Amino acid sequence: MEQNKVYTVGELNGLIKELFDATPLFLQIAVRGELSNYKVYPSGHHYFTLKDSESSLKCVMFKSSAVKLRFKPESGMSVTAYGRLSVYPRDGAYQLYCSGLMPEGTGDLQIAYEQLKKKLADEGLFDSGHKKPLPEYPGRIAVITSSAGAAVHDMIRILSHRWPMAKVLLLPVRVQGTEAPPEIAGAIRYANRWQIADLIITGRGGGSIEDLWAFNDERVARAVYASEIPVISAVGHEPDVTISDYVADRRASTPSNAAEIAVPDASEEREALASCAIRCSQAMDKRFKRLRAELEGLTSRRVLRDAGAYLDDRRIELDRLRERLTAGMEAQLGAKRREQVRLAASLDAMSPLRVLRRGYTIATDEGGSIVSSVKSLKAGEKLCLKLSDGSASCTVNETDEEKKE
Amino acid sequence: MKKEELTYEQSVARLGEIVADLEKGNLPLAEALTLFEEGTALMKRCTELLDNAEQKVVMLKKGPDGAPVELPFEVES
Repeated sequence: MEQNKVYTVGELNGLIKELFDATPLFLQIAVRGELSNYKVYPSGHHYFTLKDSESSLKCVMFKSSAVKLRFKPESGMSVTAYGRLSVYPRDGAYQLYCSGLMPEGTGDLQIAYEQLKKKLADEGLFDSGHKKPLPEYPGRIAVITSSAGAAVHDMIRILSHRWPMAKVLLLPVRVQGTEAPPEIAGAIRYANRWQIADLIITGRGGGSIEDLWAFNDERVARAVYASEIPVISAVGHEPDVTISDYVADRRASTPSNAAEIAVPDASEEREALASCAIRCSQAMDKRFKRLRAELEGLTSRRVLRDAGAYLDDRRIELDRLRERLTAGMEAQLGAKRREQVRLAASLDAMSPLRVLRRGYTIATDEGGSIVSSVKSLKAGEKLCLKLSDGSASCTVNETDEEKKE
Repeated sequence: MKKEELTYEQSVARLGEIVADLEKGNLPLAEALTLFEEGTALMKRCTELLDNAEQKVVMLKKGPDGAPVELPFEVES
């Protein structure tokens, strides 16, 4: 009898899978629940459980679908999952093969964001041609953000560390809630009307997508676009990109990053100044050497000796020039001077006078030529001996040539 | 404009010109010397500005006539 047929596990799981796959509802289904035990495997596939107060459902989302996610799913989030319900025969367990996730409540926001982004892009609000360059050394920086929160203090700390010369003008505004967009937009317009700053930074610290929403508001976008003063937008963390980021003249990944972009670094400036000083000194040093060479050329020409007055003037100029060269140059020359002293010392060591001091003499014949071989001498010839402190004249008695073997 | 009145930005820009002119090396000596002196003064001025700068932080509020009014803002250290 049919009922007595014994199935293998594999056969049974296969049958169940066929049943599932033959059910049209299961091919495309949406399930609402809370994410739990959310795991991303090194393969790029996401595994998680959807649950409500009574039940749970195993889910898998393959890498190809997971890369399209616009948010980072985390355990505890309420979501709607879309996909196909089927059986994994090896475990005999059914699961949702998830093709998309939509966070609860943000679906509408996400749609609004995409629509506004497209509208403003079409109108040219994001055009790079409209973006203004940031001032290199802003003297006054308007910071439009919440006066509470860590972001404002992070920015002030970095600004004062890097470039204390800039004055920071805080325009406190609410950065979340329904009042936030008109306040932010109003502050940007106010800063422009009264020309209070050379640069505007607007933004806030990290938060949920809803927390950052004011910076996706059209009113804020239009105020940023209309600003005559360059605007840096700094909202949330690195991956959060708001509409205001697209419109701003410059996007910073975080408020701290905005402060770094806004001003130069004083210590780098000091280095640049030092290098300017060195270049000036070197240019003058070169000039000075060329002038000296010129002068030496002139003095060696006898014809020009009469031009003493001209040379004297030049000498005075030289002396004055020498005095005016900075201590920096002195240091440079110092090294060269030490080198000269060393050279002079080694020249002195090689001087013939020094050799004589060690007891040697130099013999010259009557013609004054140095005698270096006995072959050039004959008995009775007069010689002059040069010693370190004088000379003596003498006569050769006899010569004795060393025989070489 | 006197040097004392130049902003940091203007001083740095002028300094750049001076360095470039001096490095060309074809100016009359007297002019080169004058430039060198001007450059030295500008460097001193810029360094002083950097050394003496003290950050000012204020909070702006709209005054009764609409004009901005500066209020103190407590900075966390």
